[in-house]
Amino acid sequence: MTNQPKQKHHTQPNNSHDWLNEHGDYLYRFALARLRNPHQAEDVVQETFMAAIKADNFAEQSSARTWLTGILKHKIIDLMRKQNRETVASDMMSEEDANMDDFFDKRGHWAEKPQSWHMPENALEQQQFLTVLQSCLDKIPNKLATLFMMRDVHETDNEEICKELNITSTNAWVMLYRARMGIRKCLEINWIGH
Amino acid sequence: MLKCKQVSQLVSRALNERLSMRERFALTLHLLICKYCLRFSQQLNTLNVAINKIREAIEADTKIILPAETKIKIAQSLASED
Repeated sequence: MTNQPKQKHHTQPNNSHDWLNEHGDYLYRFALARLRNPHQAEDVVQETFMAAIKADNFAEQSSARTWLTGILKHKIIDLMRKQNRETVASDMMSEEDANMDDFFDKRGHWAEKPQSWHMPENALEQQQFLTVLQSCLDKIPNKLATLFMMRDVHETDNEEICKELNITSTNAWVMLYRARMGIRKCLEINWIGH
Repeated sequence: MLKCKQVSQLVSRALNERLSMRERFALTLHLLICKYCLRFSQQLNTLNVAINKIREAIEADTKIILPAETKIKIAQSLASED
């Protein structure tokens, strides 16, 4: 997807407006679910359509939506990479950061023992839990939140994401670990009282 | 014997990759005897499920649409490429 040919391709532009109408909203929701920022989501969707109209590798046998979603994923990763470059060195992860000394004592035991949570039971509590979780996601660094939203059990392209972000898989799991520790702590503070 | 710190890292990694047999064994053993790490592990699983729910809810919410002005802007950009 990164090597789009410069020349125009005349077999697809006719489809592009149909694509916008048929898949624009879906792609926007896909991007918003991961980036969580409406402006960024709009930008990557626009970039996706611009890349699609110039591309010549649309395989007729695959669905347009699948193909466009593939381009969109790369555009989201491009954006994360840009954010990574803008991140100051001190914020970058090193393996030592995984030590998380705030969370553990010198002997490697929990400094603050994980509290038992009241698990959300009914629909209302579940909704409240998700609202608290959303606010916790807002509190961690943006790129951690995005990495967190990108990587999940359904998506197995972890290696690809690491490669594109120029991070090692060790670095990625350290970042995810830090994100999870931060979000869990935030939930413990903000949810446990319910 | 693994420390809770190492266990918490294994618990997190296990959500994204397959641990080695040795790691899985050590993890299982620790979780049998440490209620805090077991609790931590259950909470990370809850967190993962909730994150998926948030994402699926946004993806399925047809009220969320690409703003009209952005759609027009994209259509114009596409037209200028034609």
